[in-house]
Amino acid sequence: MTARMTARFADLKRQNRAGLVTFITAGDPDDRTSAAVLRALPEAGADVIELGMPFTDPMADGPTIQAAALRALKAGHRLSKTLAMVRDFRAGDDATPIVLMGYYNPIYVYGVDRFLADAKAAGVDGLIVVDLPPEEDRELCIPALEAGLNFIRLATPTTDDARLPAVLQNTSGFVYYVSVNGITGSAIPDYSRVASSVQRIKRHTDLPIAVGFGVKTPEGAAEVAAHADAVVVGTALIDVLARSLDAGHATPTTVDAVRGFVEGLARGVRSAKRPAPAAQEDRP
Amino acid sequence: MNEPILPNSFRQGPDARGHFGNYGGRFVAETLMPLILDLEKAYEAAKADPAFAAEIASLHTHYVGRPSPLYFAERLTEHCGGAKIYFKRDELNHTGAHKINNVLGQILLAMRMGKTRIIAETGAGQHGVATATACARFGLPCVVYMGAVDVERQKPNVFRMKMLGAEVVPVQSGARTLKDAMNEALRDWVTNVDDTFYCIGTAAGPHPYPAMVRDFQSIIGTETRAQMQEREGRLPDSLVACIGGGSNAIGLFHPFLDDPGIEIFGVEAAGHGIDTKAHAASLAGGKPGVLHGNRTYLLMDDDGQIEEGHSISAGLDYPGIGPEHSWLKDMGRVTYLSATDKGALDAFQLCCRLEGIIPALEPAHALSAVLELAPKRPRDHLMVMNMCGRGDKDIFTVADHLGGM
Repeated sequence: MTARMTARFADLKRQNRAGLVTFITAGDPDDRTSAAVLRALPEAGADVIELGMPFTDPMADGPTIQAAALRALKAGHRLSKTLAMVRDFRAGDDATPIVLMGYYNPIYVYGVDRFLADAKAAGVDGLIVVDLPPEEDRELCIPALEAGLNFIRLATPTTDDARLPAVLQNTSGFVYYVSVNGITGSAIPDYSRVASSVQRIKRHTDLPIAVGFGVKTPEGAAEVAAHADAVVVGTALIDVLARSLDAGHATPTTVDAVRGFVEGLARGVRSAKRPAPAAQEDRP
Repeated sequence: MNEPILPNSFRQGPDARGHFGNYGGRFVAETLMPLILDLEKAYEAAKADPAFAAEIASLHTHYVGRPSPLYFAERLTEHCGGAKIYFKRDELNHTGAHKINNVLGQILLAMRMGKTRIIAETGAGQHGVATATACARFGLPCVVYMGAVDVERQKPNVFRMKMLGAEVVPVQSGARTLKDAMNEALRDWVTNVDDTFYCIGTAAGPHPYPAMVRDFQSIIGTETRAQMQEREGRLPDSLVACIGGGSNAIGLFHPFLDDPGIEIFGVEAAGHGIDTKAHAASLAGGKPGVLHGNRTYLLMDDDGQIEEGHSISAGLDYPGIGPEHSWLKDMGRVTYLSATDKGALDAFQLCCRLEGIIPALEPAHALSAVLELAPKRPRDHLMVMNMCGRGDKDIFTVADHLGGM
């Protein structure tokens, strides 16, 4: 784990609350606004930031996140600018972990070794690359771990107990549990299943479990936060950002709209009813 | 598929991880990974089961109309004044293209796996029609994803799919063509993992699709070997096929890859020209990248963002290509050429008038290359071109380009 990631989850554990992980797409709707949104996220209560690397063909994402990627690309965003954005952010915030999330092709074309060196130097803490399952670990996962970056894996309802060990083997930082089968933003999760799913994964790992896909409101965030180590919100946040735009362009309300929404989610996460820390330690 | 395995074989791939050299692989989201592993297991079991092969063979004979003829194109041969040109007539298959060969195999497999819902992507609509046909035949619900732009330009096939009971979903995301249809089909599959089988139309996608689709299409080359032996007492000297994703081509080529004397040509769509932005020649104008589950040559910018392919043929304008072709290109076993929109249109008209065969615009690209290659070869040279689809679907497109004729 990177020092930032370790420190952040240790701190959350001390506070006995779940973390809030927020997703935005780098460069959406333009580099300047996106950088301002990024800076606003920790102020509004985000504990970890997932920063989407735009890709033309995001097969596992819904229309909202694809549209965000296309807005960013249309405004001239590219992978080198995502890394520059992280570097600039780090000048003012050296505590909030940043995880880059996206698809393999832009990284492959950039060059794996060069990408890892540049990402590490920029202050990136981890990577989530949706189309790299454990079967392709030699591509990026192993080199990333060697470079000192977390490689965060998605586990899904189709990842059964037989497969979980393989998925978790080279995972570090945290485990991202996708609570529904489907694309991002597609369905409302069945909150009653979150607890048992988190417990199932915890039988296989000591890593923190972040749960995402489908969380849209402070209340939803609170429901998930009662059982998970972190709550991931992506599509709902991009929706708020998109609604603030005028014909795809930023308006004076854009940054504040996102800030306000994240503040609500942060309150939701902090209001979750959780067992006392001692009880939480007492896992099966 | 029962050819002897020669040393240094080109027919051994992929390896256990689904790689053809550096290409192929399984670049999919975790949600799909267990499904792809299941599919691989089911396909291996089916391959080993003589009952599966017998079922496919029976459908080929009685439903598809196989073997398709190997036809001596006499007037075209005279016109070119060189090689003796044969057409492998896969356009005479039920549904009018080679696509049905693959679809029947996959649908039978889906049923063996207990899947009850079929999804597919389609560009020109030929794979969509073949899938809708097989689903009607076996009573399975079928959803076909098709880019909204393609829905507009391939209307006859949209009607055919609907007649056959399929639901056609126009895809509005991205560039609204084949690659977006594939994205959307993958999204459906990720969402409906329990009951749904994704019937991919070309020899691309995550392992085991490229190998499986190739195996189902290899009937084309296997028949060609036997038919040419019967007609001419020997194997052909050259093979020519068009390439979008490359399933008809790999189907013709694969049984011949280890016959070193045979020249093999794949023909990509050059659109307005390889030196313009408006083409779909991934091998000639692209570079290796990762999309739709496999590493292969792709059309993309220097940031790794996928670019749109262009071709007059909706079946060829995919920005990628099957991974085995990428490997065969790098190995030098297959020579990859390209034909422009104009070349294909000229070949289309020539074929209509000289042979009384209206080809689809896809094989018209292969024919355009034949018109270049055949005159330079001796009269005893035997050249086989895969006539992989018929042109009924394209007559309006062609009429538009020729000014309404």
